[in-house]
Amino acid sequence: MGADFGLLSLILWFPLIGIILLFFIDRKKNITIKTIALIVTLIDFFLSLYLLYFFNPNVPSFQFVEKKNWIPFLNSYYHLGVDGISILFIPLATLTTLLCILISWYSIKEKVKEFYLALLFTNIAMVGVFLALDLLLFYFFWEAILIPMYLIIGIWGGPRRIYSTLKFFLYTFFGSVFLLIAIIYIYHLHGTFDYQLLISKNYSFAVEKLLFLGFLLAFAVKVPMWPVHTWLPDAHTEAPTAGSVILAGILIKMGGYGMVRFLLPLFPNASQYFIPLILILSVIAIVYAGLACLWQDDLKRLIAYSSVSHMGFVTLGIFSLNPVAIKGAILQMINHGIVTGALFMCVGVIYDRTHTRAINYYGGLASTFPLYAAFFMVFTLASIGLPGTNGFIGEFLILLGTFLSNKVMAALAASGVIIGAAYMLYLYKRVFFEKPKSHLYGLEPMKLAELAAIIPMVFFVFLIGLYPKYFLDLMTSSVNQVLLYFQ
Amino acid sequence: MVEKSFLVITEFDLSVFLVPILPFVASIITLIFGKSYFKDKSHYLPVLSLFLSFLLSLKVLYEVLQGKVYNFDLYTWVIAGSFSVGLGFQVDPLSAMMCAMVTSLAFLIHVYSIGYMHGDPGYYRFFSYISLFTFSMLMLVLSNNLVQLYLGWELVGLCSYFLIGFWYEKKSAANAAIKAFVVNRIGDFGFGLGIFMVFYFLGTVYYQEIFARLPQIKEAYLPILGYEIHVPFLMAFLLFCGAMGKSAQFPLHVWLPDAMEGPTPVSALIHAATMVTAGVFMVSRLSPLYVMSNEAMALVAFVGAFTCFLAATIAPTQFDIKRVIAYSTLSQLGYMFMACGVGAFSAGMFHLFTHAYFKALLFLGAGSVIHAMHHAPDPNDIRYMGGLKRYMPITYVTMLIASLSISGIPGLAGFFSKDEILAMAFFSPYPWGKIIWAIGLFVASLTAFYTFRVFFKAFHGEFRGLVVLHGKEPHESPKVMTIPLILIAVGAIFSGWLGIPEALGGGANFQRFLEQVVYHTEITIPNHSLEYTLMVLSVLAGLIGISVAYIIYVKRPNLERLFSANFRSLYQFLYRKWYFDEIYHYMFVVPTFFLARTVVNLILDTFIIDHTVNGAAKTTLSFGTLLRKVHVGIVNYYLISIVIGLIIYFAILYYLY
Repeated sequence: MGADFGLLSLILWFPLIGIILLFFIDRKKNITIKTIALIVTLIDFFLSLYLLYFFNPNVPSFQFVEKKNWIPFLNSYYHLGVDGISILFIPLATLTTLLCILISWYSIKEKVKEFYLALLFTNIAMVGVFLALDLLLFYFFWEAILIPMYLIIGIWGGPRRIYSTLKFFLYTFFGSVFLLIAIIYIYHLHGTFDYQLLISKNYSFAVEKLLFLGFLLAFAVKVPMWPVHTWLPDAHTEAPTAGSVILAGILIKMGGYGMVRFLLPLFPNASQYFIPLILILSVIAIVYAGLACLWQDDLKRLIAYSSVSHMGFVTLGIFSLNPVAIKGAILQMINHGIVTGALFMCVGVIYDRTHTRAINYYGGLASTFPLYAAFFMVFTLASIGLPGTNGFIGEFLILLGTFLSNKVMAALAASGVIIGAAYMLYLYKRVFFEKPKSHLYGLEPMKLAELAAIIPMVFFVFLIGLYPKYFLDLMTSSVNQVLLYFQ
Repeated sequence: MVEKSFLVITEFDLSVFLVPILPFVASIITLIFGKSYFKDKSHYLPVLSLFLSFLLSLKVLYEVLQGKVYNFDLYTWVIAGSFSVGLGFQVDPLSAMMCAMVTSLAFLIHVYSIGYMHGDPGYYRFFSYISLFTFSMLMLVLSNNLVQLYLGWELVGLCSYFLIGFWYEKKSAANAAIKAFVVNRIGDFGFGLGIFMVFYFLGTVYYQEIFARLPQIKEAYLPILGYEIHVPFLMAFLLFCGAMGKSAQFPLHVWLPDAMEGPTPVSALIHAATMVTAGVFMVSRLSPLYVMSNEAMALVAFVGAFTCFLAATIAPTQFDIKRVIAYSTLSQLGYMFMACGVGAFSAGMFHLFTHAYFKALLFLGAGSVIHAMHHAPDPNDIRYMGGLKRYMPITYVTMLIASLSISGIPGLAGFFSKDEILAMAFFSPYPWGKIIWAIGLFVASLTAFYTFRVFFKAFHGEFRGLVVLHGKEPHESPKVMTIPLILIAVGAIFSGWLGIPEALGGGANFQRFLEQVVYHTEITIPNHSLEYTLMVLSVLAGLIGISVAYIIYVKRPNLERLFSANFRSLYQFLYRKWYFDEIYHYMFVVPTFFLARTVVNLILDTFIIDHTVNGAAKTTLSFGTLLRKVHVGIVNYYLISIVIGLIIYFAILYYLY
């Protein structure tokens, strides 16, 4: 596949077709709007599968590279490419948007056109983040995603949405500003934003540490790492279902992705230096957020905290700096996107019927809503890392890899596995077991679009759980490449 | 280990593959289509698949007896860096024996369940889960590596969770299910770390490679908190944590009695015959590792012995027929670990094998009784039974066989295996052998006592349940239940005959068969006369237990009350199960939730906003104004921190430049 083919640009900008079309559609024609959005994202998803198909896992460097002048006087390029680290995020992002459109099919009733426009914009920004090889371009997409997300939560969110969006925006913006300064400083030193050039550059140790911290702050807020995680539960609880799914599925993955893509190769010495800090913060996140999950009375808040805990495993794996743990961490990001995204979809399904997220309101749903209970069980099991599901593979590799580097941290983090089982099963019990409450009879059965959104997630849970080799093989050479900087 | 002269087959073999896969397919189809299509015919596929799987495992066992073993990978499952593991099968004497045992019992219990579960609204679900369980258990025993063992290990735990919580509308069942899963997870925490250690030090998770590389770590030590810890000990210990969870050994034994909330066939198959023995299986599988560390062996032996004793003291005070049998399971599992801990792994496996039959029989017999009593408010309570002998003759006879078997009466299965353990402990080269023997002997008489306590209270004397059954008389269970009872009773008698010791003219064939792959400590028996003496002692122990039970529960029923009245505090202590549930509740559950609440409150406090806007504030202030105030504060707070942060960052960068 040559550079001139432009497959990456096609995937990146394809939703633009939908956006343009939507501008010309009458705002009352909801079905048409939804159908267009669906078809566009479906095609985009197939395009990303096409990319996956032609991706060569044996090449450690970037593939499908496109490089064109963007801002010449800044020496900044429109520079795209994929490698083994980013490849899986592209289909994940397009799939997430696609499923978000399905899951919002019935629940978004106001400002339908604007909602789907926002989703399509989000899609572009998300894919852009994972493709950009120019720091400025990366920063552009990184920030661009905040706008549609801000609107999605702020307009279609729950009652306390204004507070949540503000918190979300300010927190992430706070981190991003430091990222921007660090990028500018790098430009100042080396006169380029080109990732491929920058990976061979060196810095004095003091500068490297500071730049590392600048990048880290942005990524840590996004991940979110403890203690800058508090925006996530608020954003999740108030966001509409699609917003939560995108947050969990893609947005917080950008932080972890950024760590593997930028922190490790650009600042290997600083990365090495800060390992203890990050490992400790990760373990705190795992245990602290896990404990917080035990005492939640809000469905979405609980799953949001479980995200913090799971992302703790991801950062732990990344900074264990060995191929087992890093591959586990990347796979775990994909897994988490699928599982937590699906859990948020499940919450959305029940929320549309009962309009409450209070766990106490529920009880006995296994009897009154059995199919739903079965889906929820699958994702619960994946979330607690049951072998055979995707959650196990990620968690196992991360812990095994961490054990190879640092036994104590691995042992501490592994305790999160116990807490994880406890809070998820406790949640499941409170919602699904015991005698059904009288107001939970006669719930409307699951609808086609809801099933269409959730069933693919079930498929991926087991596909990755039973045959992770395919996914892991994609990463091998690129992950080894990253680790070369540490030898 | 006796050096093996096996013909090793490393290619895919369909019949081996089908043994676990058939029940899996049946389970999935039944789960998806059971509710709307199969309904009360949901048992067809699972029963059929189990029957085929049983025949296939007999075929495979026959091949192993002919000196053929299998060891092949289906496909590479997980691969990352230097770590690689496949889903694969290893069929050797140990796993072939386990397969035959599991499938034979699973098949019979499936059949029994047709009668027992008849008319339950979750009929299809039951058969789907129990077939899924059989699949998982077979994956566990057939595995050729530790990670797949872990897969099976967790899956059987999941099925156990599903089946304990089968009647999830009952609060106690839902709680018991969580308890079982979480307590097992605590054990698996150690188990997982154990697997990591194995990979870290040996670079593989395949059994055969592990055994080949074990000499490398013979003298390896790992510094932990200033202590040099012997690596084989730590490995064995961590893996044993998993065994303590799964096989319900002290201190993780608390989940098993509660697990009796599940339907009785589940208790028989999962919580007696198969799943809970996985820990013993694992220790035997890894016996070459365990014998490398005397400390590990002592740990296994004493954990087993303590659990054995603990459970046997609780059992006589319980009134729930299933709980009594559950405690006896704990106790018998303790025997198996005692055998492992004195180096007699094959004796432990032999007991595992015979126990599977007589314990399943005890449970199914109890199930038959419960089935008869199911109109009573608590059909499990032995206080409402009595005189059932008259109403249910088949159940009576089969229960008698099982009770005699577990009590170690000569000629029955339990006698041979228990005696083998006691003899091996006595003659074991390990210094703790004699202590283990003494504990085992004492518990043997307790076992006979509490087993016959239940037996006499349920089947002898007058029927005491007429009031609770509203005058209706209990009746014998249908044929679909009694025929499996009879067949399993055959096992409870004859399974022990496979391993008759040399002293009684046998060849201990069962043990010799397993010792081809399981570590075999040289235990020399100086002379047969001493062995005969030991045998007489253990039979006497059983007979004493039965006689005491006979006197107390048949001859002089008022003695029972005398004990509980005169030794009130001791009785309470035992009745309350040594207060373990309460201790754990206050030591672990309460502090964890306290910590969780603190964490949540901490989040709230640190970040100004109190989400749980308390009632007072909510009513006095309108929500809107409150929010607006908060927002203003928050924005300023953030903006100021951004600005200050940026200034500092700039300053440092400038300084460095």
